[in-house]
Amino acid sequence: MDEFEQPVLSVKNLRKQYGDGCANCKDRQAERLIRNYCPVCGTVYACQDINLDVYEGEILGVVGESGSGKSTLMSCLYFDQNVSGGGAYISSYHNGQRNLFTESSQQKRYIRNYLLGKVYQNPVLGLKINFSAIGNIAEKLIAAGDRRVEQMEARGKELLEHVNIPVYRIKEAPKNFSGGMQQRVQIAKALSNNPPLLLLDEVTTGLDLSVQASVLDLIKTIQRELKISILIVSHDLAVIRMLADRTVVMLEGRIVEQGLTDQILEDPQQAYTQELVHSLL
Amino acid sequence: MRINYNFAFFDESSKREIRRAILKAIAIPGYQVPFASREMPIARGWGTGGLQLTLSLVGKEDILKVMDQGSDESVNAVNIKKLITKTTGIKVTHDTGEASIIQSRHRIPEIPLQEGQILVLQVPLPEPLRYYEPSEYETKKLHAEQEYSGAWLMLFEQIMNYGNMATGADHPVMVHGRYVMAPSPIPRFDNPKLNRSKALILFGAGREKKVYALPPYTQVVSLAFDDYPFEVESFHNKCCRLCGATGVYLDEFIDEGTGATGATTYQCNDMGFCLHNLNQKSR
Repeated sequence: MDEFEQPVLSVKNLRKQYGDGCANCKDRQAERLIRNYCPVCGTVYACQDINLDVYEGEILGVVGESGSGKSTLMSCLYFDQNVSGGGAYISSYHNGQRNLFTESSQQKRYIRNYLLGKVYQNPVLGLKINFSAIGNIAEKLIAAGDRRVEQMEARGKELLEHVNIPVYRIKEAPKNFSGGMQQRVQIAKALSNNPPLLLLDEVTTGLDLSVQASVLDLIKTIQRELKISILIVSHDLAVIRMLADRTVVMLEGRIVEQGLTDQILEDPQQAYTQELVHSLL
Repeated sequence: MRINYNFAFFDESSKREIRRAILKAIAIPGYQVPFASREMPIARGWGTGGLQLTLSLVGKEDILKVMDQGSDESVNAVNIKKLITKTTGIKVTHDTGEASIIQSRHRIPEIPLQEGQILVLQVPLPEPLRYYEPSEYETKKLHAEQEYSGAWLMLFEQIMNYGNMATGADHPVMVHGRYVMAPSPIPRFDNPKLNRSKALILFGAGREKKVYALPPYTQVVSLAFDDYPFEVESFHNKCCRLCGATGVYLDEFIDEGTGATGATTYQCNDMGFCLHNLNQKSR
């Protein structure tokens, strides 16, 4: 397989722990831990040896209950948090040969500005809430080296139109927008520099159903048009069923099952996945 | 009771600490060096940063000029001058050319500065990214990583809202291709004077406890976009009503005595410069 296709993003043995660990939990044996928590020293193992690949034009879904390490994984990949170990490789950065986590903070910022886009569950985290909507788009473009106002304005208008923000509101600050609109501005911002990889963290959680549908529709359309790869985290299986080509299931910081989305949802193999799928149906 | 202050108000170790901060600031042009801003007999935000720099640098042979928004005789300038002269006994002047140390607020003198002179500017807000990012912890990281999209974003917002870069004062500059710096609230008109200045320029923010500097002949570029170049305020076809100077920063006066229309006249903002011109003429 490697000879034919190189993944856009490749994550190898990603680990993230909160706490220093102790003699009891150092080898992370399940019987000495309560779920992913060490009762002796209080260390939490949020992500344990995560391996995954995202291929070009693919949507990879990550599901799991809250506390399973999904969002930690996402924030590690966007450098919002430092990892405890492991590596991530992006094919468009030094041909996928350099571990992103060991790069300097300047290089990490470059990767964030040029190669990644992220949409947070909470729009306040992804947007400058007091700057105008078009300014928010421009921020990402400026960070990616653009210094032409006309061009940035045109690109901002195009993107905001794409996500159905009325033209007469683009100079308004997102703090005046509804939650759904803020989320759409955030998506436009994440897309502005045409990143090869988009990270979506619970984008539809907390939105009402009709807005949810339009946001999902938008993501699907954009992905088809721009052929970008997407890593999407959600605890909502309906979202995963609609969007994801492949899915990984996380529990207590580990990947317990992965495969084609249909396969996971129709014929789950692991006990936890079965429980998850049946609780939906 | 009469207190005998040490020369230049401060004790020697305080002066030394401030000078050390200044040396570091000169070594890293545009970088904000923290220093232990002292309590002064004037309130913070009234020029204590500049005053501390001046006091730590002043020697017996120095000649001092203090100006406040171009005026040598405003309350702030006069009081700062009084404090310095009472504790040092040095000579003061209105003449930019004669002064060895010039402390200023909101202006750079019209008469070009020379080698060997020191310009001390008072700074209220030393952080050019403060409006974009409120946290000092975060802005320090942004400076370290040379991540200045926030500075351009603020200009972009102005263009979106007003159609052009509308910074009335304190238009951010890039120093030596590395640090983005707040030039203190000088008008855009004075920004080009920072570039390759022959004089050493020091910036002191007393309330924010920061010192930064431009060593002589440092490259200073005002931030701008490719299609929205940096422009200074225009005083085209206008001249000073007193000395007739053109191409300088002018204050606008509307004479309300002349009726509803009100005749508009202009006058040099830099009082020392205007006086210099008038003296030359009367000679």
